[in-house]
Amino acid sequence: MSRTHVTCEVNGDAVDFLTEDGESLLNALRDELGLIGAKEGCGTGDCGACSVIMDGRLQCACLIFAPEADGASITTCEGLASADELHPLQQCFLEGAALQCGICTPGFLIAAKALLDENPDPTETEVRYALAGNLCRCTGYDKIVRSVLEAAVQIRTPA
Amino acid sequence: MSTTEAPADTGTNGNGASGYRWVGTRPVRHDGLDKVAGKARYAADLNLPGMLYGHILRSPHPHARIVSIDTSAAEAMPGVKAVVTGADFPEAPPKGATRNLMCTVIARDTVLYSGHAVAAVAASTRREAKAAAEAIEVTYELLPHVLNISDAMADDAPVLHDNLFTRGVEPRPTEPSNIAARTVYERGDVEQGFAEADIVIEREFSTQAVHQGYIEPHACVVDCDQEGKAVIWASSQGHFMVRSSTATVLGWDTSRIKVIPAEIGGGFGGKTTIYIEPVAALLSTKAGRPVKIVMSREDVFRATGPAPGAIIKMKVGARNDGTITTAKAWLAYENGAFQGIAAMLGCMCVVSAYTLDHLYVEGFDVVLNRPVNVAYRAPSAPAAAFAMDSVVDEIAERVGMDPIDLRLHNCPSQGDPTPYGPKWPMIGLRECLEAIRDSDHYQSDLPAGQGRGVATGFWFNIGEASSATVNLNENGTATVITGSPDIGGSRASMALMAAEELGIDPHSIQPVVGDTEVVGFTDVTEGSRATFATGMAVVEACRDLKEQLRKRAAKTWDCDVEEVEWVDGSAVHGPGEQEPLTLAAITGNAKRTGGPLGATASLNARGAGPAFSVQVADVSVDQETGRVTVERYTTAQDAGTAIHPSYVEGQMQGGVVQGIGWALNEEYIYSDDGNLENPGFLDYRIPVASDLPMIETCIVEVPNPSHPYGVRGVGEVGIVPPLPVMANAIADATGVRIGDLPLSPPRVLAALTAAES
Repeated sequence: MSRTHVTCEVNGDAVDFLTEDGESLLNALRDELGLIGAKEGCGTGDCGACSVIMDGRLQCACLIFAPEADGASITTCEGLASADELHPLQQCFLEGAALQCGICTPGFLIAAKALLDENPDPTETEVRYALAGNLCRCTGYDKIVRSVLEAAVQIRTPA
Repeated sequence: MSTTEAPADTGTNGNGASGYRWVGTRPVRHDGLDKVAGKARYAADLNLPGMLYGHILRSPHPHARIVSIDTSAAEAMPGVKAVVTGADFPEAPPKGATRNLMCTVIARDTVLYSGHAVAAVAASTRREAKAAAEAIEVTYELLPHVLNISDAMADDAPVLHDNLFTRGVEPRPTEPSNIAARTVYERGDVEQGFAEADIVIEREFSTQAVHQGYIEPHACVVDCDQEGKAVIWASSQGHFMVRSSTATVLGWDTSRIKVIPAEIGGGFGGKTTIYIEPVAALLSTKAGRPVKIVMSREDVFRATGPAPGAIIKMKVGARNDGTITTAKAWLAYENGAFQGIAAMLGCMCVVSAYTLDHLYVEGFDVVLNRPVNVAYRAPSAPAAAFAMDSVVDEIAERVGMDPIDLRLHNCPSQGDPTPYGPKWPMIGLRECLEAIRDSDHYQSDLPAGQGRGVATGFWFNIGEASSATVNLNENGTATVITGSPDIGGSRASMALMAAEELGIDPHSIQPVVGDTEVVGFTDVTEGSRATFATGMAVVEACRDLKEQLRKRAAKTWDCDVEEVEWVDGSAVHGPGEQEPLTLAAITGNAKRTGGPLGATASLNARGAGPAFSVQVADVSVDQETGRVTVERYTTAQDAGTAIHPSYVEGQMQGGVVQGIGWALNEEYIYSDDGNLENPGFLDYRIPVASDLPMIETCIVEVPNPSHPYGVRGVGEVGIVPPLPVMANAIADATGVRIGDLPLSPPRVLAALTAAES
């Protein structure tokens, strides 16, 4: 089985790994790099649990072949916090009780970050449409939407 | 990270928890940081050295006899370390729950649904395992199949089990059929009731099978050693259940198996059973290596869950003053390939929100060639409520009464008989009805062009067995170990109850879900029971500890223990001759006063408090497409006492949205050849954020007298009312009543078109 050498940047670190052709970026992140934050909920791009930001774009890592990541810059859920501080989205999700089982949470955080990177002052409707590619079966989305709106306020007006 | 005070503006709040220091507050959950940081470990996140990947081959046919299985080609393929078929498992008994479990895990001589597990492979990589599984040659002899209730109940239906004779029919039939059981509840004389009624409404309803739709597919890692011991890491709603069920399927002693609970990525009842653990265990035993099995989403849809579809015929009689006197109900529920109790539960729930003089409820549990039913939040109640509360809505319309006033007029109270026998204990249905009646939402004018619907929901809630161990650490903190997997924030609830008892900050308490070897037996997290029953065990252990702490203080002060009180986390000397001793002071000195402090409680919780919910929605209906938009939604639910109001709201909101999905979109669609046509989230469409408004919550607190803090349990009942709420709101908006779910755009459009012509 031939394996491809992939070099990329993940959460600011230069990394490289070997991968089988046809393997997904999701499996490479999880199995080769040990980054388990991105989850496989469907494997077909329908649930968003594997969301990552790749070269500035929100992507489902399960739909990207690992070799396609060569030379790319990727942000996963593990890259959101700094050493001593959570990202405002993470903090607002905690305080807003925006997670129950938590399996979808990394994907929602990444999708929300992708939204706020482009639109720092979204309406509720804009948040709802930006997160429509991420499935949550526990919360009914109410507390997720509220937490994203609250994080947007905090990011726009740092303490 | 220690937001321990309730935020001021969090909307609704627990309103009955006054006098408590910690119960009713909203601390950040203890397991939250790992979950937002991507560190929380679910079963699929574990990799062990030398681990193999398992892949299960599934039947492409809904009903067939397995003539032969040839695994030789698969065994010769690269990377393959083990292959198993049904022949490798112990023989199943001829009938009963054990057979159903064993034959669901892997088919023996017959496959009973498309997706039924037939064989499995363990190999070095996922792809090798999949390729080898597909190389297994299974020869099937196709048998006729049945996919819906009417066909399965027909006299000439192909029979799934030749030893299934209907229970509940006298004399018991001598011919096998697909009708597993008949259930009847009756009171009074329904014919007299209908004769005396001013209004009699008779309608027929149908609902479709739906999946729990947890985002995490079933996953496990199993490591069996040469001494026959197995360690299982699994995502489940009960690791003691995983242990006992795996032992049953394999014919092993339970002491050979240790189950370590992984974080669970949603369950909703769907993870109260097992599918893959025994398969992984046998593969691991054969290969001498750890084996991981992760289901694909397609397999989750084809082979696990679902909640059943149902057909329900209702006939209800009422007087012109709005008094509902009489109900006759005929219910038939799908069971899937093996018999269950879906219809029996439906019979118990169908009229529970109403007092009735005359009642006749008859239910049929029906097997057919679909995957076996598994619990889904208040199992069977949503379809039953859909039928009854749709008819009740029509009665309100006919007699010209407000639908909430009508329900208040017919509302049972403590001491009234339940439809299924016992008397109601203290319940909060009336309070929920009043909460919705008085809500901003219900008091607001309905926007032009929209329709408004209300409905009620009931669920029993249960107690069952729970264990907890509370250890006090030398610095005055505590570790609370329970056996209840946390599927919605229960660890935070356990910490809050322990904090209230011990008088220390909940963030000084570490709540842990212990594996099967570190904590006492605990039943599955189901029936809304974790905070109720496991919470009782935590409180009992903490009360034991408080006695121990008082004794330690008495020993330190050389006084009688009766002179010591436990107040706000400190031992206080009644006569006032000593400075109070904090919990930390006592634990820090514990070695000198008798040793470390810990307590364990195990109990079988009695007195689960029945749950009710009342909900209201405003909808608009697109006349050109039939699409229904939920414009506003409010839910009231009796929590007993809300231990952590944010997660009570979360359960309420989550249940509502699952119910909305069931009402408007979700359904299993089978082709005539018995294959599921929508086994993925693209075609099985669960609600997404852009489909919904905020879900306004109103926590009602009528304390359950059987629980030290009044807890009822909140996990399930929220899913019950949305089905009739949506139907009633659509009827109000369009004037058209639809009795068949889902109320998807094509069905609504067809109904609107038919009504026009």
